[in-house]
Amino acid sequence: MTGYMETTQESARDKLVGEKERHVKANARDYNDKFSYADNHIKTSKYNVLTFLPINLFEQFQRVANAYFLVLLILQLIPEISSLSWFTTIVPLVLVLVITAVKDATDDYFRHKSDQQVNNRQSQVLIGGSLQNEKWMNVRVGDIIKLENNQFVAADILLLCSSEPYGLCYIETAELDGETNLKVRQALTVTSDLEDITKLMDFDGEVICEPPNNKLDTFIGTLYWRDNKHPLDNEKMLLRGCVLRNTEWCFGMVIFAGLQTKLMQNCGRTQFKRTSIDKLMNTLVLWIFAFLICMGVILAIGNTILESWSGRNFQVFLPLDEFQNSAVFSGFLTFWSYIIILNTVVPISLYVSVEVLRLGHSYFINWDWKMYYSQTDTAAEARTTTLNEELGQVEFIFSDKTGTLTQNIMVFRKCSINGQTYGDVYDEFERKVEITEKTACVDFSFNALCDRSFKFYDGSLVEAIKLEDPAAQEFFRLLALCHTVMPEEKSEGHLVYQAQSPDEGALVTAARNFGFVFRARTPETITLCEMGRAVTYQLLAILDFNNVRKRMSVIVRNSQGQIKLYSKGADTIIFDRLDPSSEELMYTTSEHLSEFAGEGLRTLALAYKDLDEDYLDVWMKKLLFASTVIENREDQLAVLYEEIEQDLKLLGATAIEDKLQEGVPETIACLNLADIKIWVLTGDKLETAMNIGYSCNMLRDDMNEVFVISGHTLLEVQQQLRSANEHILGLSRVGSAGDEKANMLADDSVFEETIIAEYALIINGHSLAYAMEPQLEHVLLDLACLCKTVICCRVTPMQKAQVVELVKRHKRAITLAIGDGANDVSMIKTAHIGVGISGQEGMQAVLASDYSFAQFRYLRRLLLVHGRWSYFRMCNFLCYFFYKNFAFTLVHFWYGFFCGFSAQTVYDQWFITLFNIVYTSLPVLAMGLFDQDVNDQNSLRYPSLYKPGQQNLLFNKRQFFLCTLQGMGTSCLLFFVPYGAFSVLVKEDGSHFSDQQAFAVTIATSLVIVTSVQIGLDTHYWTAINHFFIWGSLTVYFAVLFAMQSDGMFGVFSSIFPFIGAARNCLSEKSVWLVILLTTVVCVVPSLAVSFLRVDLFPTLTDKVRHLQRFRNKQGPQEQNLRRVRRTSSRRSAYAFSHQQGYGELITSGKNMKESTVSSACSPGRTPHSPTWIENMLKRKNEVSCISDERTGAPERSSRAERFNSTPTGLNLSLTNR
Amino acid sequence: MVKQEREIGNRPDNTAFTQQRLPAWQPMLSAGIVIPGFVLIGLAFIGIGVALFVTSRSIQVLEMDYTGVEPTSPCFRCSDPDVKNCVCNLAFNIDTLFKGPVFFYYGLSNYFQNYRKYSVSKDDDQLSGDLDNFESPSDTCSPYETVGSVPIVPCGSIANSMFNDTFKLYQIVNGNEKLVPFDGKGIAWWTDYNVKYRNPSVTPLKNAFNNTVKPISWPKPAYELDTSDAANNGFINQDFLVWMRTAALPDFRKLYRRITEGDYAKGLPAGNYTLKIAYNYPVLSFQGRKMVVFSNVSWMGGKNEFLGIAYLVVGSMCVFMSIVMLIVYAKFKFPEED
Repeated sequence: MTGYMETTQESARDKLVGEKERHVKANARDYNDKFSYADNHIKTSKYNVLTFLPINLFEQFQRVANAYFLVLLILQLIPEISSLSWFTTIVPLVLVLVITAVKDATDDYFRHKSDQQVNNRQSQVLIGGSLQNEKWMNVRVGDIIKLENNQFVAADILLLCSSEPYGLCYIETAELDGETNLKVRQALTVTSDLEDITKLMDFDGEVICEPPNNKLDTFIGTLYWRDNKHPLDNEKMLLRGCVLRNTEWCFGMVIFAGLQTKLMQNCGRTQFKRTSIDKLMNTLVLWIFAFLICMGVILAIGNTILESWSGRNFQVFLPLDEFQNSAVFSGFLTFWSYIIILNTVVPISLYVSVEVLRLGHSYFINWDWKMYYSQTDTAAEARTTTLNEELGQVEFIFSDKTGTLTQNIMVFRKCSINGQTYGDVYDEFERKVEITEKTACVDFSFNALCDRSFKFYDGSLVEAIKLEDPAAQEFFRLLALCHTVMPEEKSEGHLVYQAQSPDEGALVTAARNFGFVFRARTPETITLCEMGRAVTYQLLAILDFNNVRKRMSVIVRNSQGQIKLYSKGADTIIFDRLDPSSEELMYTTSEHLSEFAGEGLRTLALAYKDLDEDYLDVWMKKLLFASTVIENREDQLAVLYEEIEQDLKLLGATAIEDKLQEGVPETIACLNLADIKIWVLTGDKLETAMNIGYSCNMLRDDMNEVFVISGHTLLEVQQQLRSANEHILGLSRVGSAGDEKANMLADDSVFEETIIAEYALIINGHSLAYAMEPQLEHVLLDLACLCKTVICCRVTPMQKAQVVELVKRHKRAITLAIGDGANDVSMIKTAHIGVGISGQEGMQAVLASDYSFAQFRYLRRLLLVHGRWSYFRMCNFLCYFFYKNFAFTLVHFWYGFFCGFSAQTVYDQWFITLFNIVYTSLPVLAMGLFDQDVNDQNSLRYPSLYKPGQQNLLFNKRQFFLCTLQGMGTSCLLFFVPYGAFSVLVKEDGSHFSDQQAFAVTIATSLVIVTSVQIGLDTHYWTAINHFFIWGSLTVYFAVLFAMQSDGMFGVFSSIFPFIGAARNCLSEKSVWLVILLTTVVCVVPSLAVSFLRVDLFPTLTDKVRHLQRFRNKQGPQEQNLRRVRRTSSRRSAYAFSHQQGYGELITSGKNMKESTVSSACSPGRTPHSPTWIENMLKRKNEVSCISDERTGAPERSSRAERFNSTPTGLNLSLTNR
Repeated sequence: MVKQEREIGNRPDNTAFTQQRLPAWQPMLSAGIVIPGFVLIGLAFIGIGVALFVTSRSIQVLEMDYTGVEPTSPCFRCSDPDVKNCVCNLAFNIDTLFKGPVFFYYGLSNYFQNYRKYSVSKDDDQLSGDLDNFESPSDTCSPYETVGSVPIVPCGSIANSMFNDTFKLYQIVNGNEKLVPFDGKGIAWWTDYNVKYRNPSVTPLKNAFNNTVKPISWPKPAYELDTSDAANNGFINQDFLVWMRTAALPDFRKLYRRITEGDYAKGLPAGNYTLKIAYNYPVLSFQGRKMVVFSNVSWMGGKNEFLGIAYLVVGSMCVFMSIVMLIVYAKFKFPEED
């Protein structure tokens, strides 16, 4: 998919080289035509009917293997060296090419189809004074088009006006960046009133803007209209690929069309990942190639010697051509002839077969029922089909936390109101009851507007509300008022909240269920339904949340005219700003907070403050002023906010559970048993991360030591790392000498093995930045590898990728990164294997990933079952494949010594042609696709079975050497046993029989039988398909053999099938069968004995499990008893942040603007899409670069960003430029 | 729940194939199979080996080199390439009855009939009687394609180098030479004689060879190869067919005649014999050797000690391995369960 995009794009880019800036005039096709901009016709397909063959062939021959065979083919056409007929190479080559071409053609056909579908979408274009339906492909730059709700945007257009007030419109950008939330675009004020056709017809503005590029979040341009200049930015653009939502219609002017749209420009190159086996295979093919040349040289020397000694004299019977008179030259020709003959050691079908296998394995992943998540109806998907066997070799897993380990579903669990905790359930003996599915939840039926899915178990809180406890009421009022959630009342009483972060949603939902229903909001009011009464608050200001402030506040005036400031935020922040009167409550609440955090809950402190009118007036004026200044606006606002958020009165605290995904601790435990190291890389706070670590069983109380690295300088970090290292290595000596020694020991990888004690390393992003410096990275890596658990918290997306890169670079291990959000994309792309969780945070991670599924726990099955099988199958496949080809080809080498080094072939040319592609391809494919040494249940039950993959045991250079050696041995026996027999072989009727064709048929038949027997021995899991293929291949061999050597075939093509009758004469002889039997047994028995002795003397775990499995099968199925991993509930004090991803609600200049405009134009029915929210959205869009930082919750972003070497711009690029 | 049941569009099929649960036979190399298997194979091979060996022993073979390298050899005189039409008499005697049917072979060694350029040097179409290829033989025949511009038929090195020593065997009965009749029928493969090689359907055969020349080394054209039997001429001449079926290895034998007729149907009785060899074929230039072989056959073909011995060796090795494996298994077998 990406490949073709590159080419088409490059051609598009080439055209644009000259374009420095773009001039587009509305409604002026003639004018715009001068510039020959791309039209809106997109072509993602690569070929058409005519160009398919040349282009596809050209591409295919760029592959080394294909080119190699092409060269061979050309060599074969030179008569002097042609030792094989052209068809021996061309038939397999054509077959390989055809298979690939068919695949490419199918892909391209679907692309054509989708192109056509897209190009033929209808769009309303303003032509000649009226709206006309046009196909997308006919839309031109400069056209004005109308979009209706839920339509895809046809091109990159400048928004001119819309059905909504102020020229606003809403779009969903899921196709562009994967974010599913709505975004807001707003037209220029001057164009927003062009609401009818005639006005639009007269619109003749000219846009001068940047040339096409792939930056999704910037646009620079100017609109020249009516002698005025209007600056344009990205907020006025609707990009192709977006969908118009919640907007009846809008008009826009096409700026970029077709391939020049930002969407198309963005379909860029993705890094092509290759597996380690791929790389090994390439090396091995080179080795084989060298080996081939060696054999060629040996035989050529043999030929030269023979020619110069005696061959010359044989000229009595075989006169040589004149140019061959030199023995050396004859040797030279022989060399090439032998290269041609022996070319089959580099099997032409290898690459195709490997691709077929991987495709099959991918399908098995896609088909796996046990990795299907019914709740979201998502099946696992292998998005890359080329990495499967590497899944069986993973040593390091880098996991995101939020959305990956956790569900990213926040549940309001507990609260502390005025020094009283709610949320725990006690039985009659005052003992805490563990909450399970069966625990009775509180009945919220008194509240008609409650959310039925909300569950709370502690009835006392409802009692308190019903008793109108003022603190409790104020508590929930705060929760209902202080947020940025948008309500949507689809039908009466059916409320849907659109929350920015799940935390906020959980809190507002809690308030809703406890009788403080947030019902509606306008820019200046918030309507609650408090215990059934509708109450409207005037919203005076929203003091936005951001990651420096870590709190948000609202200032509201209630119906009694009281002005209140409600504030919620991180406990430490709120506590710092409390009124002294709350001090006592603060201590109690603080205790509760520790308790909550200890249970892994995310906490938030709530406080309020009464404001008096005069003070507020002054403050509002200052705010107004501050929000209009240009310079340091943010800082000035922050100061203002700080000023008013003082002397707060504490209300209490909330505790939200960040629910772990199902089966996470079990999965982690199981993967740990498979020697897979799991590192958690999260943007979350240290304490939150640790909590999750404890709840995932990655951290345990019985661990020897948990090292927390949080230094602020390089030296500090170095010191901490070293001391941790020393601690582990048991070296207490301090000093430079000791240091050196510790380092030396730490470098010693053998030493790692001796560490039995369990350690954990927790490092924050700040320290990580230092620890990743070149001089420390080894220390860090050594330490990290000594630890059982590594958690990196508060890391930026860039750092995630860097950590992966570090391990990848130094450990030579296969890494897997798993995540669900945009901030994991860089890590997913960096790791050998990227896994995306198709979860809550949009599609970006999935789009960048190689595999995707819905739940973290499927990782276990993906690795331990599919990965292991894939690796196992691929390795066996490769071993056998090399064995087979060596056995097949080297016979020619041995024969060389007995045919005067004349490059005579042993086999019939047809046999050489068909051996790899017909006689032996299917059984080995069946083995590669279906073989199982251990079934899936046992693979999961014995995670240690995974270890051979990590250690690369099943296919490595040694294995390769062994299997080629076996192949050589077989070829040797295949030649010399018939050689011994044939020197004096006579038929039963006395006729001579030692002719070349009989010899060829005998060896060929032996070879096919030996390889079939060998594949039979290598197959562990004989399904019906294996049987069919193995027996079928043998049958086909004999059928083809007799058919090709039949009278009929000879009658038709006498010179192509010269082996007439050889099979009949040969295979009717008992002695030939005796030779074949002997050869087969001699070739197979040694390897059989060796493998039996190996299993007996040095049984691997696999062998043991196989035995067990067999034993069990005999006994019948047994109960699965999967060990449940005990969850330790340890008390850790942690203070989670409220907004995990809180983009700020900024009410600055925007607020003022709205106040002036909203009052005049806001219609009551349109409240859900209030400008407040719009402004927020706009703001958010501007701050796209902060997403990453804020998600990490890094507190002092501004000060740290530079030092982290991951500036917002850099992050921004990594997030969006894909 | 209703919702869940509805939205299962992406759910993969739960079939044995997609879930990789196909019923399968999972063989294992357990001691119970491998060790008895080895014993069985070993015993069977020893059995076959013994049978082959004994049979092979019972086959009589008489092999005589007549290259004439040694001055004492009766053919020494003929080995000089300058001597033409040389006949040498090879005398030998047979102690006991040489059981019939006796086959008479000639053998060549260090003769690379399998040399690639040699073995392709023929024109299959021509040899199957295609008259077009009489006029213009295939390039593969080069350099024995044409003489001047006249095509050679049969063309190519193989045909050109056809073995042309001839043999006559006499038994010395009471001092007189008694001709042992040779049977030259059906010594070539049936398929070669009937399918692969065909004379052009021109009568007389000679006319088909108009405008062609005989191979350079041949004394007579192809249609006169056998003057005694008109049907045994052209491309379906038995000796020609035998020669054209090129040998796999540089040392080879080819069947020359059977001895099946008259007094010799039961075999060659004990006595003295003389083989009169018309020595024409030069091999000394490339250190080649020529020999004649008398042999009879059994159910397994000709004498072949290699197979019998190989079977015995492999069989005993299997038995030996089974013992080793048994010991190893008894000592080190890993627990079947734990």
